[in-house]
Amino acid sequence: MSLSKIKFDKKIVLSFWIILIALTIAAPTILPVFRLNLLGRYLSLSIVALGVDLIWGYTGLLSLGQGIFFALGGYCAAMYLQITSSSEFPNNIPEFFALYGVEKLPFFWEPFRSPIFTFFAIWIIPALVAGLIGFLVFRNRIKGVYFSILTQASLLVFFNFFNGQQKLINGTNGLKTDVTQIFGQMVGSESMQRIFFWITAILVIAAWFFAKWVVKGRFGNILIGIRDDEPRIRFTGYNPVIFKTIIFSIAGGLAGISGALYTVQSGIVSPQFMTVPFSIEMVIWVAVGGRGTLLGAILGAVFINYAKSLVSEALPASWMFIQGGLFILVVTALPEGVLGWIQGDGPRNLLQRFGLKRKIETYPSLEVNNKEGNNE
Amino acid sequence: MELLLDSLFNGVAIGSVLLVAALGLAIVFGLMGVINLAHGELMMLGAYTTYVTQLIFKLPILKPFYNSYIIVSIFLAFIVSGVVGILLEKTIIRKLYGSPLETLLATWGVSLILQQFVRSVPLAYGTGLVISLLIGLFLPTMFPSKIKESINFKYFKFSSWIFAALTGVLTGSLISSSVSKLSRASARNVDVTAPSWMRGQVEIIGTAFPKTRLMIIVITLISVIAITLFLNQSAWGMRIRAVTQNRQMSDCLGISTEKVDIITFGIGSGLAGVAGVAVSLLGSVGPNVGGNYIVGCFMVVVLGGVGNLLGTVLASFGIGIMTDLIGAGRLLSIWPDMPLPLSNTINFFATTSMARVMIFALIVIFLQFKPTGLFPQKGRMVEN
Repeated sequence: MSLSKIKFDKKIVLSFWIILIALTIAAPTILPVFRLNLLGRYLSLSIVALGVDLIWGYTGLLSLGQGIFFALGGYCAAMYLQITSSSEFPNNIPEFFALYGVEKLPFFWEPFRSPIFTFFAIWIIPALVAGLIGFLVFRNRIKGVYFSILTQASLLVFFNFFNGQQKLINGTNGLKTDVTQIFGQMVGSESMQRIFFWITAILVIAAWFFAKWVVKGRFGNILIGIRDDEPRIRFTGYNPVIFKTIIFSIAGGLAGISGALYTVQSGIVSPQFMTVPFSIEMVIWVAVGGRGTLLGAILGAVFINYAKSLVSEALPASWMFIQGGLFILVVTALPEGVLGWIQGDGPRNLLQRFGLKRKIETYPSLEVNNKEGNNE
Repeated sequence: MELLLDSLFNGVAIGSVLLVAALGLAIVFGLMGVINLAHGELMMLGAYTTYVTQLIFKLPILKPFYNSYIIVSIFLAFIVSGVVGILLEKTIIRKLYGSPLETLLATWGVSLILQQFVRSVPLAYGTGLVISLLIGLFLPTMFPSKIKESINFKYFKFSSWIFAALTGVLTGSLISSSVSKLSRASARNVDVTAPSWMRGQVEIIGTAFPKTRLMIIVITLISVIAITLFLNQSAWGMRIRAVTQNRQMSDCLGISTEKVDIITFGIGSGLAGVAGVAVSLLGSVGPNVGGNYIVGCFMVVVLGGVGNLLGTVLASFGIGIMTDLIGAGRLLSIWPDMPLPLSNTINFFATTSMARVMIFALIVIFLQFKPTGLFPQKGRMVEN
C-alpha cells in the first residue's frame, strides 16, 4: 500500500462529518423502529470490523475466527440478562435449564449475577481468549495461511462446543435476550432499542478513536512493519510475538463489545454467530471498505450489511452471487478497497483514463503527490 | 480383538474419505501455497455429477449398464471438477500468485457462487455448461501445431468456443427434456443410491463391513497409488515436484511453470471430484455438502505438512482413527475400569461434535511442538 494520499479539501471532509453526525442524531426520530434496529445492529458490527482492520489491515494477520470473540461477548451479555430476569422461574435459574432437568446453576454462570463483572467480562474475556490463542499460534511463528486455517479450526471448536452443550448454555437454541429485563425495562422494547442505538453509536465513535490511537506512533509503525516485513522487525530487535498477541487480543476485545451490542439489539445469541461464513464476511466488509483505513471498515460493515438486507428482501437468491462476486472483485480489481481507492490515486487515474484530466508526464515516471501522509 | 478391528476399520473408513478429499488440496497447497476454500464445493460438484450420471444411466438406452454407473461417474466427476478448477485457475487464481490471503478470500467467493449456482440453475443446464467449458478449453489445444502457430489462431479459438457453446446448449436441453428431474432448479438435497452390487455387507474374519465403505477405501487407495505414480514416474510429475521445491529455479531451467500450475490445479480439483463421488455414497447430496468435510481437509494438510504425500496419508488416517476412538467412546470399552475422572472426561467428549473439539485441540497442541507438520520440507530457505 502506498503512503501517498491526496489531502482532501478540509471543507469536504468537514461537511462529510457534519452530515454523518446529523444523520446519526436524526436517525432515531426519522427511521421506523425496524430500520433503526437494523442500523443499530450494523453499527455494532462495524466495531468488530474495526478489530479485523487492526489485525488484517495493519498487521497482516487474516483471522477467520473473529466470530469466537464476537459470540463470547454476546454470551456474556446474554447470560447476565438471563440470570437477572430469572426470578419467576423454578430454582431462580433461567427458564431453559428446566427443559434439560438442570436444577443447579452451572458454576461459571454465578459471577454473571453482578452487572459490574459482566461489564468487564464482555470485553476482557474475549480479549483473554484471543490473547491465549494468539500467543500459542504466534509463539511458533505460524503465520499466513496457516494462521487463517488455525483460527478457522478454533472457530469450529468453539462452535461445536457451544452447539453441543445444552445443559450448560442451551446449545444450538442460544440464549434469548429480547424478553429479559434490564433496569426494569424490557430489552426488546422500543424505548430500550433507541437507547441501545445511542450507546452503539457512541461506542462506534469511541472505538474508532481508540483504534486510531492504537495505530498512531511507534506501536502502529511496528504493526505495519510486521505486516510488510516481519523478519526485518525481528532482526531490528523487536519481538513480533508480543505485538501480534497484543493487537490480536485488542481485536478480540472489540469483537466482544460488538457481539454484546449486536446481541441485545437482535434479541438472541446463538452458536450461529460462530459459523464459518459469518466470520469470513467480517473480512469482506473490511476488504470492501478499504483495509488499513479504519473508517473504511466502519463504512464497509454498515453499507454491505444494509445492501445485504435490501437485496435479500427483494431477490433472496441473488445475494450469494453478489457476495461471491464481491469477494472476487475486491481482491482482483480493488485490493485497497473503496476508501483506499478514493484516498489513493484511484479517482485521478480514472479521470485521466477518460481524458478529463491531463496526465502529468515525467520520465522516469515519478510518483506524484508523494507527501508523507499519516496512515489513516 | 473384534472390537479393535471394528474400531480400526471405522477409523480407516473415516480417514479414507478425509484422505481422498485432502489429497488434491495438499498437492495444490504444496505447489502454489494456495489454500483453495472452494475445494469443498468442487467436491460438491463431484457428488452432483454422480447424481446426474445415475439419472442418465436410468434412461432406456443405458439401462443395461446401470450397475456400472458408479465407475463411470468417478471419471466424469474427475473431469467435471477438474475443468471447473482449471477455469478457476485461469481466470482468478493466476492473478493472485504471491498473495495467499487474497487467494483465500477469492476462492471463498467462488465457493459461494458455486453453491448458489447448483441451487438456482437446473442441473441439466449446469451439465451443458460444463460440457461447453470442456470443449472450449480443450479443443484449441488439439489443433495441429501448424494452425496453433499461425497468426489466425485466435479465429480458430473463437470458433471453437462458439462450437462449444452450441454443443453445451444442445446437450443441456437434450438432458433436460429426457430426464425431468434435472430440468428444474432445486435447493433440496438429493440422494444417490448405490447399485445393487454395492449394497449390503461383506464378512471378513467374522466381522461384517458395509460394502460402500469398502468401495470408498478402494477409491482412495487407487487415487493415492495413481497420484504417487504420476508424481514419481511421469515427466510432468517430475516437473511438478521440481516447481514445488523451487519455483524460480525450475522456471530458469525451462519448465513452463504456467503449464505446471494448470495441470496441478486441474488434478487437485479433479481429485476433489473423486472425493465427491465417495461423499455421495455416504449420505444425501446438497449444496452445502462440501462444508462438512473442508475443515477436516485443512487439518489434514496442516498436520501432514507441505509437499509430502506420506504426511497427508498418515495425518488423515490418524485423524480418522482418533475421531472414531474419541467420538464413539471406544476407549472406555477397550479399557473398562479406568479411573472415574478420566472416564467422565471421555464420556464428555464421546459425541461426534465433541470429538471434533478434542481433535482440533490436540492438533493445536501438536503444532506447538512441530509447527510445520509431521514432515516439514527440508532446506535452508529463509522464511517467507
